[in-house]
This record gives sequence, C-alpha cells and structure tokens, in this order.
Amino acid sequence: MEIDITKIRNDFPILKRKVNGNNFIYLDNAATSQKPNLVIDSISDYYRNYNSNIHRGVHTVSQEATDAYENARIKIQKHFNVKNSHEIILTSGTTHSINLVANGFLDILNENDEIIISGLEHHSNIVPWQMMAEKNGAKIKVIPINEKGELDMKVYDSILSNKTKLVFVNHVSNALGTLNPIKEIIEKAHKLGAAVLVDGAQASAHFKTDLQNLNVDFYTTSAHKLCGPTGIGMLFGKEKWLKKIPPYQGGGEMISDVTFEKTTYADLPHKFEAGTPNVCGAIAFGVALDYLNNIGFKGIENYENSLLKYATDKLKSIPDLKIYGESKEKTSVISFNVKGIHAYDIGTLLDKFGIAVRTGQHCAQPVMDHFGISGTVRVSFSFYNTKEEIDKLYDSLNRVLSMLG
Amino acid sequence: MRIKEIQDDIVEEFALFEDWMQKYEYMIELGKSIDLIDSKNKVDSNLIKGCQSKLWLFAELKNGKIIFSADSEAIITKGIAAILLRVFSNQTPFDVLNSDLKYIDEIGLKEHLSPTRANGLVSMIKQMKYYALAFSNK
Repeated sequence: MEIDITKIRNDFPILKRKVNGNNFIYLDNAATSQKPNLVIDSISDYYRNYNSNIHRGVHTVSQEATDAYENARIKIQKHFNVKNSHEIILTSGTTHSINLVANGFLDILNENDEIIISGLEHHSNIVPWQMMAEKNGAKIKVIPINEKGELDMKVYDSILSNKTKLVFVNHVSNALGTLNPIKEIIEKAHKLGAAVLVDGAQASAHFKTDLQNLNVDFYTTSAHKLCGPTGIGMLFGKEKWLKKIPPYQGGGEMISDVTFEKTTYADLPHKFEAGTPNVCGAIAFGVALDYLNNIGFKGIENYENSLLKYATDKLKSIPDLKIYGESKEKTSVISFNVKGIHAYDIGTLLDKFGIAVRTGQHCAQPVMDHFGISGTVRVSFSFYNTKEEIDKLYDSLNRVLSMLG
Repeated sequence: MRIKEIQDDIVEEFALFEDWMQKYEYMIELGKSIDLIDSKNKVDSNLIKGCQSKLWLFAELKNGKIIFSADSEAIITKGIAAILLRVFSNQTPFDVLNSDLKYIDEIGLKEHLSPTRANGLVSMIKQMKYYALAFSNK
C-alpha cells in the first residue's frame, strides 16, 4: 500500500516555510509531529462555532461540544480496540497519564513490593515511580539494555518474581527507536501476577496497536506525537484497575455528591477527569486519528521503514559516524554521534541549513549513561518526510562535519 | 584596552563576514585554536549548569583585574566563550559588572544567548558577573 507523499505534504502548511533562507526540513518528529490543515481547522472550527463548557450544560451549544468531546473518546477507543469507552481517560498527555497511575498506586504498594522499570525509559516513565517509591518504599529493579539498545530479556526473567507488582516499559524507545517485545513482557508479568504499564507515546504515530489483543493493563499516549495538538493525551486502563485506584486530581466533574462532611466520586471515566478539559484538544486528537487512518497505517509503516533504511544506509557511509540503537525491530529514529565532535555543534550547524534535529540526552539519561555518552544527535522521521530531505541531510551533515573537523 | 573598545573591534570584525558560514567557521577556529583553561581548573565545581555539553569557567583576581578562563566540549560553545573572554578577561570587576552585552546582538549571536537555549552561555555570563561582584568586594 503506497501513500501519496505529494498530496500529504500539501496537507501540512508548515512544511512550506523557510528557515535561515533554506527549505524547512523537519526531522525532529519524535519530539513532536507537525499538524495537517484538517487538525488545525478543527481547532479554530471549535472555537468559532461550538465552543462551550461540556457535560453540565443544558443549552444546545454545550450539548454539541459535549457530543464532540465524547465522540473523540469513542474514536480513540475504536482506534485502540478498547472494550469500553470508559476505560479511556482523556489526560493532558503521557506524563500526566503516568503520574495519574503512579499516584494511584501510592497507597496500594509498600516496601514488600517490587516494581520493574526498563532501562530504555524516558524520564516520564521513571521519575513518577521513583517519587512514588520514595513514599511507599517499593523496590525498583531495572531491565538493563545491551549494546544494540535492546532490553536484556534474560535479566527481565531473573528479576521478575511474585514480589513484582508493576512493570513499566515503552512500546518504542524515543532515544533509540527500539521496538520492545511488549507482548512477551506482558505475558510473563501476568503469569506472576504483575500489572504492566506501556508508554505508547512514540509508538502511536507509526503503527496501530490493539490493546485488547495486547492485554496490557495501562497504555498511554500523547496526541501531539501523532499529528494532534499538544496538551491532550490518553490513558487506557483496564476497568478493574481504574476502579481500584483513587482519583488523582480533585475538583469539579469528577464528583458525584459534595458536602463538607463527605464527597463521593463519579464513575469512570470522569472520576479521573477533574475540571474543564482540553475540549478542542480532544476533538482535534480524534480528527488526527481520522486523518492517519484515512491514509492507512500500513502505508505509513511501509513508507517510514523505507525512509529509515535509506537514511541508515546513507549515514552509515559517513566515516566515524556511530549509530546507537541497532535493534532489528526499530521505528524511524536514528540516534548517532560522530567521533570527536559534540552533538550540540552538529545540531546547531544543521539548523543553519534549515534542518531540525534534536541533540542531547532526549530525557533518557540512563540510556546515555549505558553507552557512556553525554548525548546524541537524533534524527526522527515521519510519513511526510522524503528521500530528498534525507539526501539534503546527508549533504549538509557532510558539510557540517568538514567545518567542524 | 577598555571593554567598549574591544566590543567595537569585535563588531567590526564580524561585519566583514558575508554569511553565517563564515561567521561560524571563524568561531570554530576560535574554539579550536584557543587553549582556554588550566586542566587543574577543569573540575566539576567549575562546571556551568544548563549546558548540553560540559562548560567550565574559572576566574582569579590578579593585580585588581579578573582573569577568566573557560573551556567546553562543544566547539561552537567554546568559540562563543572565547569571544566573551576576550571582552571580559583582564578587566576590573567594576568594568565587568557595568558592561552591557549589546555587541552580542550586533554580531548576530543573540540566539545563542537566549535564556531558553541549552548552551549554558547565559549562565556563564551570570557566573562571570557573580565573580565580578565577589571580587569587587575584595
């Protein structure tokens, strides 16, 4: 299945802009994605035509806004093949989602319990658990990574025990692009009675995931990684878990009855959705999913894989360039360094050529520490990038390296 | 040479560059050629925070003038540090404290000194001013 790249690029207005007099070549998609007109228009459409506070209003427009918001939830439910729409909590993003769950387990776990975190995690899937463990004494164990940037599953097997209560792993590593064997991780965890939270922020833009088939306990993602706006994301939680853990934020919307003596909480999903939500964000999230599904994820996957292969081959031909993260299963991320040259210098000069990449630790210091480096240059592709852009990256990178060498 | 004169010289030199590439090539040369800091001062306590690459700054007072030295893992950062040192080093604490940074704007490097930039240069300038403040009380 082929995608129509010319048509697609026309959908993204920002791709036409110039940076430092050059065509804007955006290769920082793992940080955030660009947005198609459809998504941008849905936001202004909302504020122009049917903005209102939702759920409580009696009037027509508030009903329209409420319907649109709840329809977005259903779109997300269907996209991820989730059984019940009330198992989809709309949050402000992956970080919020993970903190919500960590807070939920604060009083459930204690010093007799263990939690396992993968060594590939982004700080958002490390720090909330450290904060929780500091308070309730749960012991943290780590799945180490190998030289290819893959999780060492043998160690996982050895640290998994009946003391393990939770396991955290990202679906795709933002720093290296590694696609993790989460089905296996989930099955093994379940055998020992542990629940698994998968951070899907980097995965959702590149392929579809069936959460019922995965049988995962919690799954998170952020809309801005998949052509949606910032400030909105989702947390999937199996009903039994979402019923068990307490609310994260208190306030309006999440209550059933309020008196100064006692307050009771709302049912799912509203129990976890305090305050006025990012209504148009949710709507735009749904529109982004429609847009991507309309193109077709199979086509997106195939195209991005071809870009990854093309770019990897070209970059590997550059002397002294080392790529980190060489798992067979990868999404379109290439993290690299050139011997004797600091990533920051490369990124700064590539920017002068109009090319946007990311440099640094990518909020994954443990990954960087594992390789004994202070950071990398990270190039990350999306389905609106082209081979020509990769050629330009290759040429510019060579010029940059000769300036710095 | 007074700070203002040095700043004016630098602005004049940079005006000769025709494009960004010449400017950056110059800064890279600066960064490569200058040996800026004594290895005994390249320690963690002299690291400037907020930088993607390691950036060290050291200062000592000699005959009433502050002598700054600095180094960085990233060449461009080092080049910019070299420019800052050319202006601030071997000057009195009073002069360092009272100088402005308009010349950075004039040579087109303002982007590097935006507080949101992860290159520690804003912190470095702050630290240089702190040193000046501390030394002005001696």
